[in-house]
Amino acid sequence: MRSAAKNPLILIADDSAMNRAVLVEMLESEYELIEAKNGEEAVEQLHRHSMELSLVLLDIVMPVLDGFGVLAEMNRHRWIEQLPVIMITSETTPDRIEQAYEMGATDFIGRPFDPLIVHKRVINTILLHAKQKKLIDLVADQIYEKEQSSSLMIDILSHIVEFRNGESGLHVRHVNLLTAMFLRHLSQHTDHYRFSRSEISLISTASALHDIGKIAIDDKILNKPGRLTTEEFEIMKTHSEMGARMLKELPIHQEEPLVRVAYEICRWHHERYDGRGYPDGLVGDQIPISAQIVALADVYDALTSERVYKPAFTHDKAVEMILGGECGTFNPLLMDCLRELSGSIQDELRGDNLVRANEREMRNIAEELLRHKELTSAERTLHLLEHERMKYAFFASLTNEIQFEYTTTPDVLSLSTWGAERLGLEEVELEPFQNEKVIAILGADVWRELFQTLQAATAEEPDFTYDCLVHYPDGDRWARIVARTSWSPEDPPVFTGVIGKAVDIHDSRLKLRKLEQMASHDPLTGLLNHAAAREQIKARMEVAPEGNYALAMLDLDHFKSANDTYGHSFGDKVLCFLAEKIRRTIRTGDIAARVGGDEFLIFLEYQQELASMIQRIYSSLGGEFEGFRLSVSMGVSTSEEAGQDYNALFQMADSALYTVKRGGRGQCRFYDPLSMKDALSAITPIDADTGASKEEK
Amino acid sequence: MTLQECYKAMGSNYDEVLGRLRSERMIHKFALKFLEDTSYELLITSMENKDYAEAFRGAHTIKGICSNLGFTRLLASSTALTESLRNGWTPEVDTLLEETKRDYQTVTEALMAFRDSNP
Repeated sequence: MRSAAKNPLILIADDSAMNRAVLVEMLESEYELIEAKNGEEAVEQLHRHSMELSLVLLDIVMPVLDGFGVLAEMNRHRWIEQLPVIMITSETTPDRIEQAYEMGATDFIGRPFDPLIVHKRVINTILLHAKQKKLIDLVADQIYEKEQSSSLMIDILSHIVEFRNGESGLHVRHVNLLTAMFLRHLSQHTDHYRFSRSEISLISTASALHDIGKIAIDDKILNKPGRLTTEEFEIMKTHSEMGARMLKELPIHQEEPLVRVAYEICRWHHERYDGRGYPDGLVGDQIPISAQIVALADVYDALTSERVYKPAFTHDKAVEMILGGECGTFNPLLMDCLRELSGSIQDELRGDNLVRANEREMRNIAEELLRHKELTSAERTLHLLEHERMKYAFFASLTNEIQFEYTTTPDVLSLSTWGAERLGLEEVELEPFQNEKVIAILGADVWRELFQTLQAATAEEPDFTYDCLVHYPDGDRWARIVARTSWSPEDPPVFTGVIGKAVDIHDSRLKLRKLEQMASHDPLTGLLNHAAAREQIKARMEVAPEGNYALAMLDLDHFKSANDTYGHSFGDKVLCFLAEKIRRTIRTGDIAARVGGDEFLIFLEYQQELASMIQRIYSSLGGEFEGFRLSVSMGVSTSEEAGQDYNALFQMADSALYTVKRGGRGQCRFYDPLSMKDALSAITPIDADTGASKEEK
Repeated sequence: MTLQECYKAMGSNYDEVLGRLRSERMIHKFALKFLEDTSYELLITSMENKDYAEAFRGAHTIKGICSNLGFTRLLASSTALTESLRNGWTPEVDTLLEETKRDYQTVTEALMAFRDSNP
């Protein structure tokens, strides 16, 4: 960030270098200056520096985007509300001047420039706005302080009660955390309740006041070590009504939501869901949900804490006692919450100690900063922000990942320096999805799918991963996008943007592909192996069960003799030769596989005429390979006969093949239920994973 | 050649400019910078290409600069040209362009003479 000691920053937007130079000459001794040579550059600079700029000097006639276009953008992003604009132009047509004023321009300077006038106008405008900004900061500071001191007051008040009560300082804190936990859980996991974040914060803050009425109870009763008598207990019980009355009788602030909620909690946090509580004997949902939840939180923390009259119970014991109805009756919905949250309650309460330590540290830092009176809240925030940015930029520069941030308003995609370079894009892309170059990085379809993935994320589960092919300027590579979406704090939340990174997974993905390929294919012929073919065929029939399918099993006649005569490597060549023939003869969409040693299968879908199709395939498989005559036996089954059942299809084709082999080979036959029902199998057992065959025929 | 003589050569009033800008150094610097400005080229090429919107921009910029530097004669002709081009081509444009060219010539010749005599 530019420190406060520096001169105010001014943006000069003018297409004439000379005109800019004249202005720079006039202003550079007292101001920091940024120049833009057209409207688009001006808008880009505004995106970068809108928080730091004190003034814009804007020409009207400029290429690409003119001064009115810049004003329109400044209105759209609401920069115009905080940033003064002086129009500089030799345009003197009244309606253009009027238009500029209407669009929020603060002042006009005409040509020729008079340095004195330029100076005076610039100074006046900046001073005026600085005052305004200071006032805004002042108000923001006061609101901040008011919030701080009111929650501080509540803390003090509730600790006074606890102190008198002889309780540990943690009770109020625990009730607060548990209340928030239950509210969040109810909101997320039931249809009955929906609390916004601010309501959750309001109710849990008010929960701190639940026992405020105890301040009116006699010390002797409050801290009596033994059991209370009936009479003493009656007095003790008045604390809920007392607390409520104190709030009711507050002379002011009656309308404050905090007071209203605190009243409900004070008065009714000892009611029971079955109507047997006090002071009013409300039943079921007559008791406000805020009071119901605080009652449960109160009981849980009382059970798990040590008191003068009892030791501390374990978490499990306490939950068991509450669910068992030993400590009053509660809303069944809340009992569900307790059951579901039981695992995380302890962690939440324990983790809180750490948070508190951090909070203390934060407070020290904050006090340190506050000592420098000249720093306002807003500036502190900016300092912290700038520090975070610096950290982010540093870490981003260390990794070869493409880091990105996208926000919906403004519609801007920011990339890490390395990422922008790698993708051939700018580090800041305005309206990125109007930009062909941005779209080309993934392609329109992938962007669309990515957006769908992204919209499936929610405020509660904001993270997602997505694998896709990235088109870099120097070629395509697979990347995994890991990202977190961000959402507005309102209820229901609205998608506001996404941050994340794209990690290169190209090499590991290729390796995986290769392994997949190896697992599903026969290494010798490159056809599918039996297991993979079976899966694909089953899937095919499942997707379109209305189709007609045929399965042809085939094997090479006298293959064993080829092996014996010419050797195994020759046998392998013959198999590859046949596999290649099969590959050529089938249509795209048909499935071919090597099932065993010299056995293959072909799976195909047909419309009407199957016999001629099979005949064509069969006759194309004949021929000769280096003196070895290829003779093929083939058995065919159809889904008409076997139904959409892979095993039946396979067995029938196998039986048909067996019959061919027995009947003299070199033929093709369809399965015939009358003659082949009891035929044996022709198939060689084979280890499909290695493709190693046992030539046993 | 002094700056004063230079302004006189181009038919302009140096004292008026000095009265406004109050700095001889600044006038010296920016007057010579006018020779590097490309708006005139923009005007001429755009006119040749019949791109009257760009030609308007070129004329408009020349007008702005002349106004700042007090090149009164060129300011007058470029202003008239700017207006005639504001809504595209009009019949006066050609004559006004010739005037602007002529005045531009005078201004640049005077400036170059000034530059060459003050190395």
